[in-house]
Amino acid sequence: MTETNRATGSPLVKRGLAEMLKGGVIMDVVNPEQARVAEDAGAVAVMALERVPSDIRKDGGVSRMSDPEMISGIQATVSIPVMAKARIGHFAEAQILQALDVDYIDESEVLTPADETHHIDKWAFDVPFVCGATNLGEALRRISEGACMIRSKGEAGTGNVVEAVRHIRSIVGDIKKIGQADEAELFEWAKQLRAPLPLVQEIAETGELPVPLFCAGGLSTPADASLVMQLGAQAVFVGSGIFKSDEPAKMAAAIVEAATHYQDPDILVKVSTGLGDAMKGLEIATLETKLAERGW
Amino acid sequence: MSRTVGVLALQGAFAAHSAVLRSLGIDTVEVRTAEQLACVDALVLPGGESTTMSMLLERFGVLEPLRSRIHDDRLPVLGTCAGLILLADEILDGRADQHCLKALPLSARRNGYGRQLASFETDLDIIGLDAPFHGIFIRAPIVERIGDAVEVLAEVDGQPVLCRYEGVTVASFHPELAGDARLHRQWLSDAGLITG
Repeated sequence: MTETNRATGSPLVKRGLAEMLKGGVIMDVVNPEQARVAEDAGAVAVMALERVPSDIRKDGGVSRMSDPEMISGIQATVSIPVMAKARIGHFAEAQILQALDVDYIDESEVLTPADETHHIDKWAFDVPFVCGATNLGEALRRISEGACMIRSKGEAGTGNVVEAVRHIRSIVGDIKKIGQADEAELFEWAKQLRAPLPLVQEIAETGELPVPLFCAGGLSTPADASLVMQLGAQAVFVGSGIFKSDEPAKMAAAIVEAATHYQDPDILVKVSTGLGDAMKGLEIATLETKLAERGW
Repeated sequence: MSRTVGVLALQGAFAAHSAVLRSLGIDTVEVRTAEQLACVDALVLPGGESTTMSMLLERFGVLEPLRSRIHDDRLPVLGTCAGLILLADEILDGRADQHCLKALPLSARRNGYGRQLASFETDLDIIGLDAPFHGIFIRAPIVERIGDAVEVLAEVDGQPVLCRYEGVTVASFHPELAGDARLHRQWLSDAGLITG
């Protein structure tokens, strides 16, 4: 019997995993115990990182890729996909994460950027990447570099959903407008967005982003998940919102249920009841550091 | 009477399945509740995370109605990847609390090929189709045991990747991502929901 000829690391295979995460919740975890809580609650994946964004914000200092030992510990604990973050432009951290066999890499503004000009060449990797974006132009630049999933940046670690809403509305709004543009206007769209013309043309044809669009940054309640999914996000990332709430296991399960039933207010009443306090949030105007401004 | 095919939409690649079914002119509804399940003539269980789907089926009271529709009503079902795992009668490397619907005698090993870096695509020769079908395997399960009555329609390296048993078809890959409706058509044809 001859071994079947298998292609790995192809765009279809890399984007395929993002398709499987749709309608789900990806949770930030900092140790195997939290990863277990996340999987028990029904998370579709976990994001392994050293500190959740609200602690990164509080503690300051340079924040980097997590300790490989911590990531391996989480991989050994749960059976769902394990993602991990690399600094913007830090392709060596990404190489290490790929060698660790993580399922997805987040080139993330939550960590301290390593390169002020260049993002990682994500086509060079077999592991898929997700990147943050605040608008459609940024999303398309990341896709042109090889990102297989886009998430809104929001403003991580604030428990305040306002920036995520701004970003999702901006991305989805421009996709709708491009859908109505004529051929000649697409050139102007590409120029205004500083994005490759073929990707703009693809949006005009399909009416969708070429890769899945998820939402992240400041989500902290089931209602937040419902809000951004009704606005067009296909899944959600929740960071500090779970493990900085009063009852993480309950909050995690409730957000998972809200992501499935995001269009059903009667079910949302049930899942939103008796959760204790959500994380204490921050007003965006008072922030010293806006993480969403990292990356370009 | 018009027939409706449901797509279990708790989580995962349900929208891609719905798009393929609609391209074949099939009335399609997303199924998240027992009420919606009661109204369909066939059901697709998509890929995604089988652990998450199992929990959501239980928490929203869909698990027992689904079991009953499959076993008592002989509801035709198509399960892909996580859907195959849910339909199996034994799950290996699953969570202890994970439910299986026992729609066919088959053991599925979750993530049997490995993590995402082992995900792959390859052309498959499928019984009933005259040209190869592009198989996309994402953290796919491996089928380790099948009952005698289960028909193997395609294999990769000697392991079944597409199986049929009465009205049940299961694939460890993702026909909904292949831009090719032939497998869905074959299942609908087996179920008498489409002609040709």
